Amino acid sequence: MTATDPGTEVLEQQFDEVIARHDRIEPRDWMPEGYRKTLVRQIAQHAHSEIIGMQPEGNWIARAPSLRRKAILLAKVQDEAGHGLYLYSATETLGVSRDQLTEMLIEGRQKYSSIFNYPTLSYADVGTIGWLVDGAAICNQVPLCRTSYGPYGRAMIRICKEESFHQRQGFELLATMMRGTDEQRAMVQESVDRFWWPALMMFGPPDADSPNTVQSMAWGIKRNTNDDLRQRFVDMTVPQAEALGVTLPDPDLRWNEERGAHDFGQPDWDEFMQVVKGNGPCNRQRIAHRRRAWEDGAWVREAATAFAESGLSVR
Amino acid sequence: MSHEHEAPIQRTESPDSAKKEWPLYEVFVRGKRGLNHVHVGSLHAADDATAMQNARDVYTRRNEGVSIWVVKAEDITASSPDEKDPLFAPAGDKVYRHPTFYSIPDDVPHM
Repeated sequence: MTATDPGTEVLEQQFDEVIARHDRIEPRDWMPEGYRKTLVRQIAQHAHSEIIGMQPEGNWIARAPSLRRKAILLAKVQDEAGHGLYLYSATETLGVSRDQLTEMLIEGRQKYSSIFNYPTLSYADVGTIGWLVDGAAICNQVPLCRTSYGPYGRAMIRICKEESFHQRQGFELLATMMRGTDEQRAMVQESVDRFWWPALMMFGPPDADSPNTVQSMAWGIKRNTNDDLRQRFVDMTVPQAEALGVTLPDPDLRWNEERGAHDFGQPDWDEFMQVVKGNGPCNRQRIAHRRRAWEDGAWVREAATAFAESGLSVR
Repeated sequence: MSHEHEAPIQRTESPDSAKKEWPLYEVFVRGKRGLNHVHVGSLHAADDATAMQNARDVYTRRNEGVSIWVVKAEDITASSPDEKDPLFAPAGDKVYRHPTFYSIPDDVPHM
């Protein structure tokens, strides 16, 4: 940031005042370059997660066990596309174009949530993703409805309204399987065993290893630390797991009377770093698929543009 | 926008029309009869007809509205935040435009 402009100091002060009174920053307001960059990184990562997140579940649409489940899954995957679009729109208000965002994703220059680099091996995974992954997402996203950047907060409000359907359909799917055969119950448990730790990783590294958190909280972009949100998620999920009749695969998980919260073990943070770096089970597949969709769809975008420019399209 | 792009992209070889992004549209939805259209977000589309189609799919998947407006963002004229104070100043010092400016005895009903 260059501070040579005599007006910058005044603008910075006005910005700080808006943040201090928990008011919102809007797109055409002046903002520090670091604030803008942090927002672009965070919102774009969030948008990419929604778009890439369509893949693990989309994998099962053609193999849904009933028309009811298929309709639900289609609606859910369509929602994820919508969530990605809300968030891309919010990112664009910060001066980055849609095409740039897509290209930064497929070139690996922006990230998406590591959870989507794990495979979906059975239909129970559709339920587990709804229950645990969307449940963790809700924990993350509800406080972001009050984030300091207006367009991001408004996108989060829309998303949170729709996310509740996602979690409930997942829980109901698992509950239905738990009332089924021993084999179905085993499928659910196996799925929960695979997704529990990656779900805890969704909140990001422990606070001590999350250097950006302090600044993000000072700017009102983040409202809670990673560890706070992780704790909240565990406390919410334990009674749900009991209701389902599944075991969460953590030998250290137990109620701590003194703290009024659950103690629990730490995920394998080395694995997390490996997945973030691109070495998870499905990283290459996910990006290759997105790239293929982008490149194979180019002629459609071009044809629509040509048609619009031909003057034949209806106004 | 006055902001620099964060990271200029090195674009790969492709025809001109592929490089050009679809225009940005702002979307307004009337939630139900009797309410104003309210801005709900934005989207890209090649033309007005597809903008309307996309707006339906992106912003009204759950009966959120009974009517949609789509407007090209470039056609919107907006006040600038930099001139916020002078633009709204004429309203600022006219407190007599508000009902609370007038004191009415407490025992006068229906005022």
